[in-house]
Amino acid sequence: MNLDAKIPSGPIQEKWDKHRFEMKLVNPANKRKFDVIVVGTGLAGASAAASLAELGYNVEAFCFNDSARRAHSIAAQGGINAAKNYPNDGDSIERLFYDTVKGGDFRAREANVYRLAQVSSAIIDQCVAQGVPFAREYGGLLDNRSFGGAQVSRTFYARGQTGQQLLLGAYGALMRQVGLGTVKMHVRTEMLDVVVVDGRARGIVVRDLTTGEIRSHAADAVVLATGGYANVFYLSTNAKACNVTAGERAYKRGAAFANPCFTPIHPTCIPRSGDYQSKLTLMSESLRNDGRGWVPKIRGDRRSPAQIPESERDYYLERKYPSYGNLAPRDISSRAAKEACDDGRGVGPGGYGVYLDFADAIGRLGQNVIAERYGNLFEMYERITGENPYQVPMRIYPAPHYAMGGLWVDYNLMSTIEGLHVLGEANFSDHGANRLGASALMQGLADGYFIIPYTIGHYFASNKLGKVKTDHAEFKRVEAEVRERIKRLTTANGKRTPDSFHRELGKIVWEKCGMARNEKGLKEALQQIPALREEFWKNLKLTGHSDDYNAVLEHAGRVADFLEFAELLCLDALMRTESCGGHFREESQMADGEAKRDDAGFSHATVWEYAGADKAPLLNKEPLTFETVKLAVRSYK
Amino acid sequence: MKLTLRIWRQKNPRERGAFVTFPLADVSEHMSFLEMLDVLNESLIDKGQEPVAFDHDCREGICGACSLMINGYPHGPLPATTTCQLHMRHFKDGDVITVEPWRARAFPVLKDCVTDRSALDRIMQAGGFVSVRTGGTPDANALPIRKKEADLSMDAAACIGCGACVAACKNASAMLFVAAKVGQFAHLPQGQAERKERVRRMTGQMDKEGFGNCTNTYDCEGACPKQINRRFIAEMNRDFICAELTE
Amino acid sequence: MRWLVNLALSSIGAKVVMALTGLVLVAFLVGHMVGNLQVLGGQEPLNAYAAFLHSKPALLWVVRSGLILAAVLHIVSSVRLTWLNNAARPVAYAVKRPILSSFASRNMLVTGLVVFAFLVYHLLQFTWRLTNPAFSQLHDAQGRLDVYSMVVLSFSERLIAGAYVVALLLLGLHLWHAIGSTFQSLGLTTPKYRRLIDAVSLLVCAVLVVGNVSMPVAILMGLVQLPAGVIAP
Repeated sequence: MNLDAKIPSGPIQEKWDKHRFEMKLVNPANKRKFDVIVVGTGLAGASAAASLAELGYNVEAFCFNDSARRAHSIAAQGGINAAKNYPNDGDSIERLFYDTVKGGDFRAREANVYRLAQVSSAIIDQCVAQGVPFAREYGGLLDNRSFGGAQVSRTFYARGQTGQQLLLGAYGALMRQVGLGTVKMHVRTEMLDVVVVDGRARGIVVRDLTTGEIRSHAADAVVLATGGYANVFYLSTNAKACNVTAGERAYKRGAAFANPCFTPIHPTCIPRSGDYQSKLTLMSESLRNDGRGWVPKIRGDRRSPAQIPESERDYYLERKYPSYGNLAPRDISSRAAKEACDDGRGVGPGGYGVYLDFADAIGRLGQNVIAERYGNLFEMYERITGENPYQVPMRIYPAPHYAMGGLWVDYNLMSTIEGLHVLGEANFSDHGANRLGASALMQGLADGYFIIPYTIGHYFASNKLGKVKTDHAEFKRVEAEVRERIKRLTTANGKRTPDSFHRELGKIVWEKCGMARNEKGLKEALQQIPALREEFWKNLKLTGHSDDYNAVLEHAGRVADFLEFAELLCLDALMRTESCGGHFREESQMADGEAKRDDAGFSHATVWEYAGADKAPLLNKEPLTFETVKLAVRSYK
Repeated sequence: MKLTLRIWRQKNPRERGAFVTFPLADVSEHMSFLEMLDVLNESLIDKGQEPVAFDHDCREGICGACSLMINGYPHGPLPATTTCQLHMRHFKDGDVITVEPWRARAFPVLKDCVTDRSALDRIMQAGGFVSVRTGGTPDANALPIRKKEADLSMDAAACIGCGACVAACKNASAMLFVAAKVGQFAHLPQGQAERKERVRRMTGQMDKEGFGNCTNTYDCEGACPKQINRRFIAEMNRDFICAELTE
Repeated sequence: MRWLVNLALSSIGAKVVMALTGLVLVAFLVGHMVGNLQVLGGQEPLNAYAAFLHSKPALLWVVRSGLILAAVLHIVSSVRLTWLNNAARPVAYAVKRPILSSFASRNMLVTGLVVFAFLVYHLLQFTWRLTNPAFSQLHDAQGRLDVYSMVVLSFSERLIAGAYVVALLLLGLHLWHAIGSTFQSLGLTTPKYRRLIDAVSLLVCAVLVVGNVSMPVAILMGLVQLPAGVIAP
């Protein structure tokens, strides 16, 4: 497979400007002749659809929710990074770039990350102009805070719901275009396949989730902004409907999948309370700015936290990482929590939890300040657990919540299928092996507002694209395949529900390919997953009909794709024998238990190519060359 | 605990629905309401029956997808809480719980407790935005905004578009939703240029969608999971009157 | 003019119509009560007041026309809104519980209709004097219509006095929601003044109810009596 990342030449500071100049333009009068399909309406999808429509392209946007505003970007709480340096604390494009590359454990493509840092400021300008009510200081200017893993305050926030506010900004822009008739919006419509004609992505096949109708939509380019696959773990902080279907379908049509094993773990989630648990709730890790993590020093200490004296508490993050303390990067704090629990010092039901204590901060700043900063998070916590965190320390535990891996894209955000562009969390992204807090929103909006509007024009202007309609034989063929697959799902006539398969899969992947991975476990998972998949197709039980609203069928289709994808995830984790960022191989650690990178062996993105059913996927590598950044050991001690 | 659930079942928008009663045992008080329904649905699938359809997604109280009228309260009896964040510890062993979809002409039932709330999207299309193009915007700090006003804007912007206000209103009015959206921009300098057009267009669309009219009863505020204040309705009324009288 | 009609038909505009016409009616109620309270002062002040009102027929009819217009708009608009509001929820809930709404706010149509029925009776009784045509024959020493005796005679009957008290209490309930609601509909409520507005609404209601109820009660209790020589017709 030819993996040309198409990175522009020249100094890193000039690459994007140079590229923007070199890219071909589409004449304004011709833009309306190009149709673009955008799948997903989260930050990346909504911003892309709105921006492309503003430029004059004909856009059709799709989402499976009942409204574009419900995409899971909405749940991001903490904030969005930008190299504005408003607080005058030494931030710059270079620093945001470096922090991101370093935070990603040097497994991201330098040029992309630099561009991300470059456009970060414009995102804030854009959102403020749209009326996003960011937090402000009394002087009327924007407030910033420091966020997980950063030593500068570069995070902009809107109370505890930055994601919702940014999404409402992008959704507003999208609704404006829908109102103007430049975007045709399809809600409750799920993409089930990509249609590739003559090597180019020319459309998608969708299912109308209300009527069950299968239909095709054709276009000159397809943009996937379909989010991440953390629900492969079943219990994650993702919304229930988040899935890998779009990515997996595109992968099977020829789009390579990169770095699937890079799944970060979020350190501050509310621990699970029982077997019925349907998802985990993330609380913004901004909580770590004022909360102190601790566990009892004594194993199996079942006393209530108030009864445990200061001298018998282990503030494990402050102890292990004195300079970063409670703000140590996500993977490091997550693993530290897991280690404490594995050591028998966890708290709460099942011992899977650590305390995050605000007593000091409340004493120092007063309850009002804490309420102002985290009021809604505290309320959320109390609502779920029935405990008041102003009085009792919170209990937290790490959970999967994002996916750095995704469809491989070049500098223009185009996958290995010509014309198939992938944005936001769905691509293999700029975060390397681990994402910094408050950087997901930045990347989604950067891709949608400021990158795809340029690069898609270049694609249109540099290629001769004849019109393809949905009556093309290839559309008919893919539609038939989609129907056949649905038929297989509905006629399995077995005994187990899709949810039970999903839970079992999640358990395998979390245990064998979760926070810490080893060869033995991964090999076991690679045995168990195909067996489970086989059982799925034989023993699946569905109710209802395919030509109707049918949530069970929707779920079954998504689980089927997770069952295929999980294997790729474990295979990737097995191949990458180093530890880096969110990927921790127990075989590759320092004497003190820190992740040990292998730059000689793994300074590349693993890019998987589908080779056909029942064939092992082909491994390609995109070497990562660092011209600007010096590879260093990521130490937060 | 043991519960009896009376749930609205309706095959599709055309057929008439009816309540169906399901007994449910072994409900843990730590379950969320939707997890309790998951348990019910899993048992229904096991029995070969169609599970109860309901909208849900993020399950952390922010996406606004979940709905349900629970014992006569939108999102259940707990204030400032969405259905997904309502936990069973707020119910008692032996309770009979009535679960219905949002009822409004503007929210037709699609199936069981799933309704079509796209009317809210259409109101947004009429003016729920600031008309700026991507790029070419001034520096974010070029425009200082009084913290108090920014906070008020944020209070309004907290609306998650779930439609509980419509569900709670005895007139099925969407005034609180529209007022929140209008109010977010009315409190920001960015929103001033289109202020008059926005309020006229959005309320005009609201009327077209077949929502009822506000009679200032404020069940909307009581039902709102984000506690959007009725002040935004008063402010929108004022804006609307000013706009109509001056334009 | 077309924009005005459109405005009045829009959902917020219709509320403005309700609020403004309601304000006119409340202002009338206050004036009406203040004038009629002169019954407590005896025959002379009340009859003089009644004669004064009728001495300027042109002015009287201007005021009356305004009141009739306000009442008609208020009633027509409320009936239309109720009809629209019922249509907005074609399928009722099996269970629906109030959250912040008051009993008064949920029953405006009922209290409004009862008050309207009472108003019709009130006009039949005192303005057109059709319930008891003999009232028209009552005149005082100066030959003026003896409004005072008419009122005292009417309210001496327990049933009538009782009906008035009930109707006035319902009017109070109606106004309790209505006055605060007027401020909200006109966009004059702010959190800062909300409690003040609520207090003023309650005060106005209380004054109107107590003031008006005081008349039949005073008569029933014998505090206000027929002047000598007037015999019930």
